[in-house]
Amino acid sequence: MRKDLLGLEDLSREEIEEILNQAEIMREHLDKGEINLDYAKGLSVVNLFYENSTRTRTSFENATKFLGANQVNIAVGNSSVAKGESMYDTVRTLESIKNSIVVIRHSMAGAPQYIAKKVDAHVINAGDGQHEHPTQALLDMLTMRRYFGRINGLTVAIIGDIKYSRVARSNIFGLLKMGAKVKLFGIKTLMPKGIDEMGAIVCDSIEEAIQGSDVVMGLRIQLERQTSGQFPTVKEYFAEYGITLDRMKLASDNAIIMHPAPVNRGVEISGEAVDCDKSMIFEQVTNGLAVRMAIIKLMAEGEDVSNQEC
Amino acid sequence: MFLIKNVKVNGEIANIILSGNKVSGIVKDVEKITDVPSFDAQGRVIIPAFVDIHTHLREPGFESKEEIATGLKAAVAGGYSAVCPMPNTNPVTDNKYIVSYIKTRAKEVNLARVYPIGAISKGLKGEELAEMASMKNAGAVAVSDDGMPVTNSNLMRKAMEYADGLGLKVISHSEDKSLAEGHANEGANATRAGIEGISRVAEEAMVAREILLADSLNTSVHIAHVSTANSVDLVRWAKAKGIKVTCETCPHYIVGTDELILGYDCNAKVNPPLREENDRQAIIAGLLDGTIDAIATDHAPHTKAEKDREFALAPNGISGLESAFSLCYTALVESGLMSLCRLSELMSKNPSKILNLPCGEIAEGGLADFVIIDIDNEYEIDSSKWYSKGKNTPFNGYRVKGQVMTTIVDGNVVFNRESEERK
Repeated sequence: MRKDLLGLEDLSREEIEEILNQAEIMREHLDKGEINLDYAKGLSVVNLFYENSTRTRTSFENATKFLGANQVNIAVGNSSVAKGESMYDTVRTLESIKNSIVVIRHSMAGAPQYIAKKVDAHVINAGDGQHEHPTQALLDMLTMRRYFGRINGLTVAIIGDIKYSRVARSNIFGLLKMGAKVKLFGIKTLMPKGIDEMGAIVCDSIEEAIQGSDVVMGLRIQLERQTSGQFPTVKEYFAEYGITLDRMKLASDNAIIMHPAPVNRGVEISGEAVDCDKSMIFEQVTNGLAVRMAIIKLMAEGEDVSNQEC
Repeated sequence: MFLIKNVKVNGEIANIILSGNKVSGIVKDVEKITDVPSFDAQGRVIIPAFVDIHTHLREPGFESKEEIATGLKAAVAGGYSAVCPMPNTNPVTDNKYIVSYIKTRAKEVNLARVYPIGAISKGLKGEELAEMASMKNAGAVAVSDDGMPVTNSNLMRKAMEYADGLGLKVISHSEDKSLAEGHANEGANATRAGIEGISRVAEEAMVAREILLADSLNTSVHIAHVSTANSVDLVRWAKAKGIKVTCETCPHYIVGTDELILGYDCNAKVNPPLREENDRQAIIAGLLDGTIDAIATDHAPHTKAEKDREFALAPNGISGLESAFSLCYTALVESGLMSLCRLSELMSKNPSKILNLPCGEIAEGGLADFVIIDIDNEYEIDSSKWYSKGKNTPFNGYRVKGQVMTTIVDGNVVFNRESEERK
């Protein structure tokens, strides 16, 4: 495992496979209820969440705990960014913590890359602005691989707010490397310019995207997208572009529904679609824990913290 | 009398005789002239010193980024004998007192000539016209709200009319802010990097507005830092129609594209943003066919701390005075696209003409402002060695050819690289 996990754009197919294979092992531990592991004993995992996050943060905290690592929380938040508190000063603080992994979530693209360049510690990107959310895409890929037994050859439709989505970018980078076909659909105001140059197929309608797909992945439509004028009303959005069981009939026979959560029922996806037996949304949460454990474990192996116990 | 010996003028070795701050003659043979103080240019090329009509000297108000003293030292090290500082100082250069302060401070520093640009609107707020006539009397040569576009079209119209009555050029920072809520050029690279994009229309719509205003009012306007292919086309169209529009571009739009943002290097963050390869090619085509009149630096120094942070939070701007010539020479002349003579016009004569300055040419009776170039010297850009306080450039490490060796202003050697490096 390389020093940092900043994005799936940087990783090779082999590196992604290494993480997914390790995550399968972690998932087995979880299924057996084995949560007092010591794979990362002596290591410190530092949480640096500049942006609010309940799910990702909890998932990292549990992964840290289950692997026997120490948890360090540094109190930062959106307010410290707004106040102009220097990231450089925060980085200086990190230098004093030995054998550490820094987990960073930030509202601005490139922040984890900035920190990674400055510190010796491992850095895990837990989401940077609209850029990447590599652990989310890895857990998505783990979910697909466990269900279908492969990623290569799958057709994955990613639907919703592509423009502002780091989940979309990481999945595009990762899935294409793993041999999947990626189809995208978003209303034009939520499709970023030049997205077609990333190798995914840009569809003209939600139906075209779902047609024949093995995985239908919805992305959250934040309500501020409506108030900022990207589409007229939530009602119109759901009626025209929502993922519904009716539209899911266009997908392949054993297609699954995925979503990074939190879900806005009745906006980008219907409640029935969230709760149906095709939905993997809650399975994704468990896989998220497994993926994060796998990454921390792989980073810990490089650190050789076991020697410190003597 | 002063003699600049052994210089290459228009391809031939000659000698330039100065009397006072003026050129009194260019001669081949100087054996008869003895006992005259002289400077030996070692056979290097001499061209008119450069004139930068778009500079940020940051003083008063932002002396941590640059001072008039450091900015002018950077200017002469870059081969410039004259710079035109933009009015986004603190307090804003929107009145005669600040214009006078800048002129006075520049005289004390006594390196390059300084021709201040006053604000279009009071406080750069885009609401009321600043006192342009008083500023002109104090030494301002143009007006601009650079950095803060004049959003209100009616105010821009009034500014162009009022300034025209004074013979002052209006310089437009063309940007519709409502389309520019991002940090990099909107396109594949910004999308890949997850950086919010700035629409190119933010620039182009305003360029179109200024051109149409100038046409309807029969006034002139100068467009600052043109960066897109469509902007070049708009200016080309306007010129063909006889509209009195001039424009400039900057070295970074000639050399760089938005690929430079992919590693989140805040030194590549600039406004207008670095564009795409087809824009870069269109800029070069515009320089070649005369659509783009001049190259200006938009020298925008910032402190290391301001640029060493999250991309979205870093201020816009590239420090440009000390790399402008070498970057342009390498990209345009060394590559075979244009002659040194043509580049010289773009950096000296044309910008002088746009703002009606007394610089930019080597002629008998003209000002003795020269730059001596070593056109064979190849080196690597290293901003840590610059005189400017602003080390912010995305071009560190670039191999360039053609180096400014000596700068002469008013007949005085104000910069000589060889003696500086011996220090």
